[in-house]
Amino acid sequence: MSTQAAFSAALLDVRLPCPDGLCSPNGADPTSRFSVYRNNVQGSLINALTDSYPVVVQLVGEEFFRAMAAVFVQEQPPQNPLMNRYGEAFADFIAAFEPAASVPYLADVARLEHLRTCTYHAADATAVRPEHITAALTAPQALIDLRLQLHPSVHLLDSAYAVIAIWAAHQRDVTLEHIDVNHGQHALVLRNGLEVEVFALEPGASVFIRHLIAGQPLLAAAQDSPEFDLGQTLGLLIARNVITHLNNKERP
Amino acid sequence: MFTINDHAPSCTQAALTGLPPRAGLGLKTGHFREVLGSQPDIGFFEVHAENYMVDGGPFHHFLGLIREQYPLSLHGVGLSIGAEGPLDHQHLKRLAELIERYQPQSFSEHLAWSSHGPVFLNDLLPLAYDTPTLNRVCEHIDQVQTSLKRPMLLENPATYLAFQHSTIDEPEFIAEVVRRSGCGLLLDVNNVYVSCVNHQRDPLTYLDALPLHAVGEIHLAGFAEDSDSLGDRLLIDDHGAPIDQAVWNLYRQALERTGPIATLIERDNQVPAFAVLLAEAQHADALLMGAGSQA
Repeated sequence: MSTQAAFSAALLDVRLPCPDGLCSPNGADPTSRFSVYRNNVQGSLINALTDSYPVVVQLVGEEFFRAMAAVFVQEQPPQNPLMNRYGEAFADFIAAFEPAASVPYLADVARLEHLRTCTYHAADATAVRPEHITAALTAPQALIDLRLQLHPSVHLLDSAYAVIAIWAAHQRDVTLEHIDVNHGQHALVLRNGLEVEVFALEPGASVFIRHLIAGQPLLAAAQDSPEFDLGQTLGLLIARNVITHLNNKERP
Repeated sequence: MFTINDHAPSCTQAALTGLPPRAGLGLKTGHFREVLGSQPDIGFFEVHAENYMVDGGPFHHFLGLIREQYPLSLHGVGLSIGAEGPLDHQHLKRLAELIERYQPQSFSEHLAWSSHGPVFLNDLLPLAYDTPTLNRVCEHIDQVQTSLKRPMLLENPATYLAFQHSTIDEPEFIAEVVRRSGCGLLLDVNNVYVSCVNHQRDPLTYLDALPLHAVGEIHLAGFAEDSDSLGDRLLIDDHGAPIDQAVWNLYRQALERTGPIATLIERDNQVPAFAVLLAEAQHADALLMGAGSQA
């Protein structure tokens, strides 16, 4: 094994001994000095997850979180230097992490926190001015083919749990006492200007927005969705500045 | 007031960076609005390149606005120049895009490795100093400078242990890399101090063995105190404390040798209020002015 292969393996797997061939000038056991690197690596990766998943930390407590993150770090260390993206697979890991099974909504809260990060760093795009949207919506002959392009920051999450209510409660130090955690919620995550915003949608509205993102024309997208309030949903998309393009032409 | 003195290697510096010989600060996301609102008298700002490798959003919004008003130093922490494997060309491409977008006055990276195979370890790891490593590091720096179409600065490391099979002394290794590759030196004075304490060396002797004619930027930071298995002092380069008096003293001695050079106050952990960092920058500015007027 090369020097860096052995060094790297022992950094990630704390059960491995300190690699051979290391020394310190005073003759001290290199293990105590190697452990500085091991602590830096483990600590920085766990801290990165702690920073990205603050509500998950609050839900399970810091000690449990760090122990859980340590297992994740060892199983799935980063695959590139973009630490903003580290932890994409953390929610799936949590869902399968036996010791966290008593908090069934934990993985979905992690999914919501991850989507907030994605939304925060998503590409920029300029919203279509509301009067242009209104004009397009009131031109009956063009309406059939009208497609809406949404901001790259828009993400959706369907949860069997009250994921938005749980997340929101932890922004205000409120207990979960009055929340029916088993009441499923459909989240819309978007960036309006520089701010990330989260909204709870009717199930049909969530399906409708998915259809829009997939490129379906507005009317077909609405017809193919379970019942929902179309006016209210469009009003939300317009007010939060997430309609970035209007396309009246048929797709080639 | 901040002219480069006759004894300073001004030709080399001008080619290596366009940073003014003043104190700068690491740009923290929590300070974006305060910087734009108060427009502090700061020589430059520095950012970690990897933090800005995102598609859009507030990071680019604020860095764009701040870049309009201040010189910028782009500091990489993920290129893994010392890695046994090849450089990550995707990452080099991302760096080239950032440099194109923000036109920073300086680009710097570390004499260290941080990736092995597909795994990124998120730390600056130590190198064995021998001929194969020297050849590899020079080759990688050559690729970086060719790809980015500009010279880079290489930062001297803070280390906690050494390799039995090292055959070259660290400052000599750095001098040879600078000579062969034509890169500049990012002189991290805190790293000099930390490494010299950890390896029981004299900091001034170490400093004088470095290629000081090629210094394009200086870093100052705080360290944490630990001890090894024999109870000897082991300093950790954690960027989490104010700059130690011993590091300020060594900085003054470095400036006597280099003349005034753009100097960054680094703080990445336990980040205090902006005013606290500004006070450290003002102290560095006073020492830089002193170094300029002594010439």
